[in-house]
Amino acid sequence: MAEFVWPDWAAMAPAIILTLTALMLFLVDSLNPRKTSGAVLSGVATVGSLVALGITGWFLAAGTGEEAITLYDGALVVDTMSLFFALIFTSVTVLVSVASFDYLRDSPNQGEYYILVVLAATGMTLMASANSLAVVFVSLELASLPSYALVAILKQNRGSVEAGLKYFLIGALSSAIFAYGISLVYGVTGSLKLADVATSLNGGFEGLTGVLGIGVLMVLGGFAFKTATVPFHFWAPEAYEGAPAPVSAFLSSASKAAGFAVAFRVFVTGFPIEAVAGTIDWVLAFQILAVVTMTLGNFAAATQDKVKRMLAYSSIGHAGYALIGLAALYGQPGNNEWVMGGAMLHLLVYGFMNTGAFLFIALVEYWGVGRTFEDYNGLATKAPIASVAMTAFMFSLAGLPPFAGFMSKYVLFMGAIGAGFWWLAAVGAINSALSLYYYSRVVKAIWIEDPATEFEFQDRPVGLYVAIVAAAIMTVALLPAFGPVTDQAFSAAAALFA
Amino acid sequence: MLIEALIAVTLLSAAVVFFAPNRVAGKLAFALSLLPAAGSLWMYSRFGGEGNALLGGELAFEETATWVSLGQYSLNWHVGLDGISMPLVVLTAVLTPLAILAAWTPIDERQSQFYGLMLFMETSLLGVFSALDFMVWFVFWEMVLVPMYFLIGVWGGPRRKYAAIKFFVYTNVASLVMFIGFMAMVFGIDGLNTLDLPAIAQALNDGALSGLGPLSAETLQVVAFFAMFLGFAVKVPVVPFHTWLPDAHVEAPTPVSIMLAGVLLKMGTYALLRFNFTMLPGVAQDYALLIAVFAVVSVIYGAMLALAQTDLKRIVAYSSVSSMGYVILGLVAYTMYGVGGATFQMVAHGLISGLMFMSVGVIYNTTHTRMVSDMSGLADRMPVTVAVFVAGAFGYMGLPLMAGFAAEFFIFVGSFQSTVLAGTVLGTNGLALLTGLAMFGIVIVAGYLLLAMQRTLFGPFEVETDYEVDRAAFHDVAPLVVLVLLVILLGVNPDIFYTMIQDAVREMPDVATAAATGGGN
Repeated sequence: MAEFVWPDWAAMAPAIILTLTALMLFLVDSLNPRKTSGAVLSGVATVGSLVALGITGWFLAAGTGEEAITLYDGALVVDTMSLFFALIFTSVTVLVSVASFDYLRDSPNQGEYYILVVLAATGMTLMASANSLAVVFVSLELASLPSYALVAILKQNRGSVEAGLKYFLIGALSSAIFAYGISLVYGVTGSLKLADVATSLNGGFEGLTGVLGIGVLMVLGGFAFKTATVPFHFWAPEAYEGAPAPVSAFLSSASKAAGFAVAFRVFVTGFPIEAVAGTIDWVLAFQILAVVTMTLGNFAAATQDKVKRMLAYSSIGHAGYALIGLAALYGQPGNNEWVMGGAMLHLLVYGFMNTGAFLFIALVEYWGVGRTFEDYNGLATKAPIASVAMTAFMFSLAGLPPFAGFMSKYVLFMGAIGAGFWWLAAVGAINSALSLYYYSRVVKAIWIEDPATEFEFQDRPVGLYVAIVAAAIMTVALLPAFGPVTDQAFSAAAALFA
Repeated sequence: MLIEALIAVTLLSAAVVFFAPNRVAGKLAFALSLLPAAGSLWMYSRFGGEGNALLGGELAFEETATWVSLGQYSLNWHVGLDGISMPLVVLTAVLTPLAILAAWTPIDERQSQFYGLMLFMETSLLGVFSALDFMVWFVFWEMVLVPMYFLIGVWGGPRRKYAAIKFFVYTNVASLVMFIGFMAMVFGIDGLNTLDLPAIAQALNDGALSGLGPLSAETLQVVAFFAMFLGFAVKVPVVPFHTWLPDAHVEAPTPVSIMLAGVLLKMGTYALLRFNFTMLPGVAQDYALLIAVFAVVSVIYGAMLALAQTDLKRIVAYSSVSSMGYVILGLVAYTMYGVGGATFQMVAHGLISGLMFMSVGVIYNTTHTRMVSDMSGLADRMPVTVAVFVAGAFGYMGLPLMAGFAAEFFIFVGSFQSTVLAGTVLGTNGLALLTGLAMFGIVIVAGYLLLAMQRTLFGPFEVETDYEVDRAAFHDVAPLVVLVLLVILLGVNPDIFYTMIQDAVREMPDVATAAATGGGN
C-alpha cells in the first residue's frame, strides 16, 4: 500500500482553517441573527483559531517549512517564516477572541465582529505566504477591509466611528499608492512574482531607473502604512484609541506583524539590494524610518495622559525597533539572519505583551474605569492578578530583564551591532531606556498611588482574565523558552537569504 | 539540580504566598521561607567546591544547559557555587525568614503581596549569587529591582514614592552603564562564543582581549572597568554614589531595610569582586590608589554623615556606607586576607546591619518615633530589645568575638600587607597611614553609636509619644536574638565561612601579580 502523502495545499492549513472558521461563524450567526449567544460565537472563533494555532505549531515543530513549499505556480509559499508569522497571528486571534466574549457582552453585531476578526487573520496569514505582488495586494486588502469595519464596530460611539473613517480614508489612499507602486514595478520588470521580479532586476533595467525607484518607494509607503511607521502613522493613535480595546490589541499586534512579514519577503526576495541599490537604497530608507519611528513614537508616548493613547504611540515605537530588522541588513556578512530573526522574535514577544496590555485596557474599560493614568490609581488593590499581568507587560515592553521583551530586544540590538550598525542599536537602547519612564507610570499608578475614589466593580470577567493571564504567562515563559523560538526565527530568516 | 530546586522552591513559595489570603500570609511566608533556609544549610553541609569559580576552580552543585543559541554565540544556563557565593547564599536564605518575622508587626495591609514580593526578591538574590553565565546573572540582577521598587513604593513611609523612583532610576541607570561596559568588553574578546563568566575571566586573564573599533585593548579595558565599577558602586554604595541609600532606607519598612542593607548591598561588592577585581586585575591595580581613596572616603564620610543624623534609622543607614567602604578597601588590597576579609565582611555586615535595622524597627513599632531626641531610657521598658541593640552596636564597632571584628581585622591585616597598594605612590608608609585612617572610621562609629545609645537607651525613661511603650512581642524579639547569636557564632568561629572563602580567594594575589608582570592583560 502506497504511503499516504499530504498534498502540497495542505501546507496552507492554517489559512484554510481560519477561512472555514469564518464561514462557520457566518453560518451560526445566520441561523438566528440578533439572538446568537456571544458565547457560541466567541467559542467558535476561539476554537477555530486555536486549531489553526495548533497546526501551525505542529508544522513548525515538524519542520514542514524547512523546504519551502510553493503553490499556484509560486504565487504562494509556505516556509518557516510564513509559519512563524502565522503563529503570531493565530496566537493573537485566540487571545482576542477569548477576551472579546466579555468585552462585547450585550452589544449588537457580535456575529459580524468575530467573522471580521477571523477573516482579517486569514488575510494576515496569506500576507505572510504571499510570494507575488498581486497576492500581496489581495491579501493586504483582505486583512485591511475587515480592520476598518472592526475599528468602527461600536456604531453608537462617536470616537469609534470617527477613528474607523479616518483609518479607512488613509488606508484607501495608501492602498492606491501601493497598487500604483506595484504597477510601476510591473512596468519595469514585466512580472509580479517576487522571484521573477528579482531575476528581471538582476538582469538590469536600462532607462527605467526612475520609474523603478518611484515604484519601490511607493510599495515601501504601503508597508509603512500597514506597520504604522512614521510618517504614515497618523491613523494609528486615532484608530487604536477609538477602536474597542480588543480590536486595538488585534491591530497593533497582529496587523503590524503582518505588515512586517510582507515587507521582509518583498524587499529581500523581490528587490535584491545589489540590483536596486543604485536606484533606491531601501536599506538606507529603512534606517531613516527606523530611527524616526522609534524616536517619535517614544517621545509622543511619554507626553500622553491617556493610557490607551500612550500604548498606541508605544506601538509605533515598537514598529521602529522591528524596522531594525530591515535597516541593519547587508552590513557585516553573516549577520542578516540574526538581524531579521531578532526582529521576528521581537514581533512574536510583542504579539503577547502588547496584546496583553491592550486587553488589560479592555478589562478596565469593561469595568467603566476612566482612561487617564490617574484613573488607574490603586487598581492593584482591587484586581491584583490582572495588575501583576499588566506589570509584566509594561516591564517587558520596556525591555526589563525578567521578561521576554528583554531577550528579544537584546537579540535584535546585538544583531544590529554585529552587523556593524551600532548606532541603530544605540538609538534603540536610548529609546528603550526612555520608554521605561512612561511604562513605569502605569505601574506606579496601579500599585503605588492611592485610589481617588473607591472602585465599584464586583464582576470578574472570566474571558478577559483568561486571555490576560495567558498573555502574561507567555510573556514570562518566553524568557526561559527563548531557545527553540530563536532557532525557528533564525532558520526562517536564513532561508530568506539563501 | 540543587540550586535549581532551591530557586524553584522559593519562586513557587512566592507565588503561593502572593495569592494567599492576607490573614495567613505572614505565617505562611515564614514557614515557606524556612525551606530555602534549611536547603541552603544542607547545601552548605555538603559543599564540595574548591578554588575560585572564575579561576578554574571546582564548583559545587554545578549545572549547565543551553538556553539560547544565537548564530555563533550561545547563552547558557550555568549555575554553581564556590567559597565566595556559598556564604552569601546562606546569608540570603537565613536572613529572609528573619526579615519576614520582623514584618509581622509593622506590615498591616496587603500582606500577601508584601510577603510574596519578599520571597520573589529572595529568589532573585539566590539567582544572582549562583549564576555563572552573564545573561542569567543579569536577568536575576535586574529581577531584584522589581520587588524592591514595589516594597519601598507601596509599604514605605511618607516619601515612599520619591524614594522608590529614586532607587529604581539610580540602580537601573547604573545597570545600563555596567551592561554596556561589559558587552563592549566581551565584543573585544577574540574567539569568545558564550557569555560564560568563567570563560570570559579565563580569556581576559590569558590576554585574549583585542581592541574594539577605534579603542585599543588597553583603553577598552579601562573603559569597561570603570563602566562596571560605576554600575556596581551605585549598588554598594560608594561615596559619592550613595545618595539614593538614605532615602530608600528611611522610607522602606523595617523588613525591607533589613534585606536592602543585609543582602542587596552585597550584590554590589560581590559583583565588584567577581567582575572588576577578578576579570580585570591589571586595571584594578593601575587604579588601586584611586579605588582605595574611594573606599577610605566612603568609610570616613559615611561615618561622619552618620554622626550628623538625628534619626536612628538614618544613623544605621549611613554607617552601612561606612562598613561597605571597608569591603572595597579589602578587595583592592589584593591580598588573601584583604579579599577574604572583604568577603567575610559581606556576610558579617549582612547579619549585623540586619540586626541593627531590626532593633530600630522594634523600637519604632512601640514608640512610633525614631528621633534620638524624642527618646530616653528605653532600657527601662524594653530590656531585651535594648540589650540586643547594644550587642549589635558593639558588633558594628568591631568588638572582638563578634563577626564584625573578625572581618575588619582581616581587612586591616590584608590592607597593611598589600603589595599592590604599597606599590603605588603611597609607599609603605603612606599605605600604613591610609589603613590607619580607615581604622579611624571605627572610632567615629563607636563615637556616634555610643552617643546615640546613651541618649536613647539609658538615663531616665522619657519618650515623646502618644503610644504605650511596652515590651516587644515575642516574634519581634526572637529574630533579634537569633541574629545576635549568629553574629557571636561567626565571631567566635569565623572558620565556619572563612575556610571556604580563603580557599576561593587564595589565587587572587597571584592573578594580580600575573597581570602586573604583563603575563595577562
